[in-house]
Amino acid sequence: MKFPARPPVLPDLFRGLPVLTGQEIPAESAALCPTGAIKAGAKPQIDLGRCIFCGRCAQFAGNAVSFSREYRLAASTRAGMLHAGGEYPAARALDREARRIFGHSLKLRQVSAGGCAACEADVNVLGTLAFDLGRFGIQFVASPRHADGILVTGPVTKNMQSALLDTYAAIPEPKLAIAVGACAISGGIYSGSPETCGMPESIPVDLYIPGCPPHPITILDGLLRLLGRIR
Amino acid sequence: MTLKLKNASCGPTAQAERLAPAELGTRIAGCVSEGGTLLSLFALELADGLSLCALLGDRRESVIEVLLAPLRCDSYPAITPLAPQAHYFEREIAEQYDILPQGHPWLKPVRFHERWRKGAAVFGTGRPAPGVWDYFKMSGPEIHEVAVGPVHAGIIEPGHFRFQCHGEDVYHLEIQLGFQHRGVENAMPGEAARRIFIAETLAGDTTAGHATAYCRIAEALSGEEPAARADAVRAIAMELERLANHTGDLGALAGDTGYLPTASFCGRLRGDFLNMTALLCGSRFGRGLLTEGGVRFELSRETGSELLSRLREAERDTAGAVNLLWQSPSVLARLEETGKLKREDAVALGLTGVAARACGLEIDARTDFSSGHYKIIAPEPATCASGDVYARAMVRWREISRSIRHIRQILDTATGEIRLKPCGAFAPDSVAVSIEEGWRGELCHAAFTGPDGKLIRYKITDPSFKNWAGLALALRGQQISDFPLCNKSFNLSYCGTDL
Repeated sequence: MKFPARPPVLPDLFRGLPVLTGQEIPAESAALCPTGAIKAGAKPQIDLGRCIFCGRCAQFAGNAVSFSREYRLAASTRAGMLHAGGEYPAARALDREARRIFGHSLKLRQVSAGGCAACEADVNVLGTLAFDLGRFGIQFVASPRHADGILVTGPVTKNMQSALLDTYAAIPEPKLAIAVGACAISGGIYSGSPETCGMPESIPVDLYIPGCPPHPITILDGLLRLLGRIR
Repeated sequence: MTLKLKNASCGPTAQAERLAPAELGTRIAGCVSEGGTLLSLFALELADGLSLCALLGDRRESVIEVLLAPLRCDSYPAITPLAPQAHYFEREIAEQYDILPQGHPWLKPVRFHERWRKGAAVFGTGRPAPGVWDYFKMSGPEIHEVAVGPVHAGIIEPGHFRFQCHGEDVYHLEIQLGFQHRGVENAMPGEAARRIFIAETLAGDTTAGHATAYCRIAEALSGEEPAARADAVRAIAMELERLANHTGDLGALAGDTGYLPTASFCGRLRGDFLNMTALLCGSRFGRGLLTEGGVRFELSRETGSELLSRLREAERDTAGAVNLLWQSPSVLARLEETGKLKREDAVALGLTGVAARACGLEIDARTDFSSGHYKIIAPEPATCASGDVYARAMVRWREISRSIRHIRQILDTATGEIRLKPCGAFAPDSVAVSIEEGWRGELCHAAFTGPDGKLIRYKITDPSFKNWAGLALALRGQQISDFPLCNKSFNLSYCGTDL
């Protein structure tokens, strides 16, 4: 795979960054979004942290929404994911000092906390020969004591909350946190479930990667932006 | 009165046979001894009170009998002593509805959530801490216990495993899940617009399977039949899902034996199959493809021929990669006789899918309870008799060839315009059952509606729910170092079990 030197090959029907044409989205149309990601009105907004990219809004909201093939979706802040149709802010690189520490060798501990195994699969696939994550110095490790950060998937079930916190606590400082997929960012389709509790506030997220699940290239692009390998 | 349903159909709940809870066990045991299957067993609250419900599958007649056992108190005689395959279901019933199955041999929570109704306080009155409960224990000199999880090494879902070992030998493995519990059975009756998306994520690697099972429930309850082409597209998506997962599993098995050529090739080929699903609908996991009443993406002739040409290449490459396994004595030595299950144990535990067929059981919902396009044509079930890791690998390989052939056979009937048939209101006071052969095994969805046609209970049974006990049994007498290989040969879903 030539990525990131060359653009990735994505499926023709790939649903990436939503395009808002500026048309109004009435409240009754927005209410049809399964994750409540759409803010209705004359200046509508889509929360990419909630969006599961099902594409239903492109049907029910007339011409107000379409989906582009833009795969670069990672964001540095939760607010940056509220997309109103203008330019989507790319994820920022870590500061110089953090890049000095993590930039050449980044070891991550992955924790699935109620994930459906799709985000997990598309993170895992980065380790195969095709994506070859190792060429960027990024590696997933078994022990949190060997890790520089945590990568969380899933809406964080009540039953995984303490295991997630324990794993995070076991990672030595300084450490990073990455949320992959709509569930980890906002609860996704499970937001509001009495059995999920969301990412604990004590885990400050450095990188959000939206999708359900995100395409592996979207995840890779996010990781490389964080390390300043793509700008 | 009796209620026997064809797959993906519905009938009036009032017509279901009512029997005493004590008789239910006898009926289930009788059904199983005659080659039938306990598809699901659960509790629900009907207008006339709390009831147990068993769904019994008759494979010869392709029908599903719905039995109801109304409960007058918060306990009943456990069914597990008569039919071991009820064991996990009864733990689930005890946890959800707080009903005591008297005489259950190993009663403990499945998912560690709050009880849904107040009853016999089977597991106390509060929310139990996840995984904290009694475990099977062995004692004696040189006996030791190995506890793993919930967080495992690698990128994998969480679960807790307890091995009772004497040296390297495993005498007993107990698997305790529940960490992925998201409350989906209670979420399904809620907002109708979210249901399909919950179905897609019940087990993320079985998106097409569970979404199909759910859509057929919605279609059965609203009396809609999807267009034949939509059914053909669904079947293609299910077979592509099987291809991706089976190929990935064969690669992972090769990896766990330390045989890197097949591991590396299959890792890439799995991606090629996922990308074929993305060709259909833009998502590698088939997200957004299905909807109640049909599919949201048509298959053009052009896309069909692109799919054919990709399949041809993937078939050649997969054969090249996988056949290396069967030609390598060092690989075969690791696969053969490892994690062996007896056919009678597979029957007693009610195993399903690949794990069952690898014990020589010729059961496959695509032929036994065919729905949709499988009613017209279905691949022949692939079996292998030896019950070991080798058999589970070989069944996958045979299914890969058959799935590719199947897609080729049905592709022409799938291409062209598809008219969506939106599903309207659900039939009141009805029960619908839907079974699909997901890539791991049989997925069973059941739904009950109330007098207003609203869902009052949605029951999901993922094949993993039935097969975890098979993995535990397969580990007996093995070395603890064989666990990864045995585990991969089942490759079960945590979230599909935890729901």
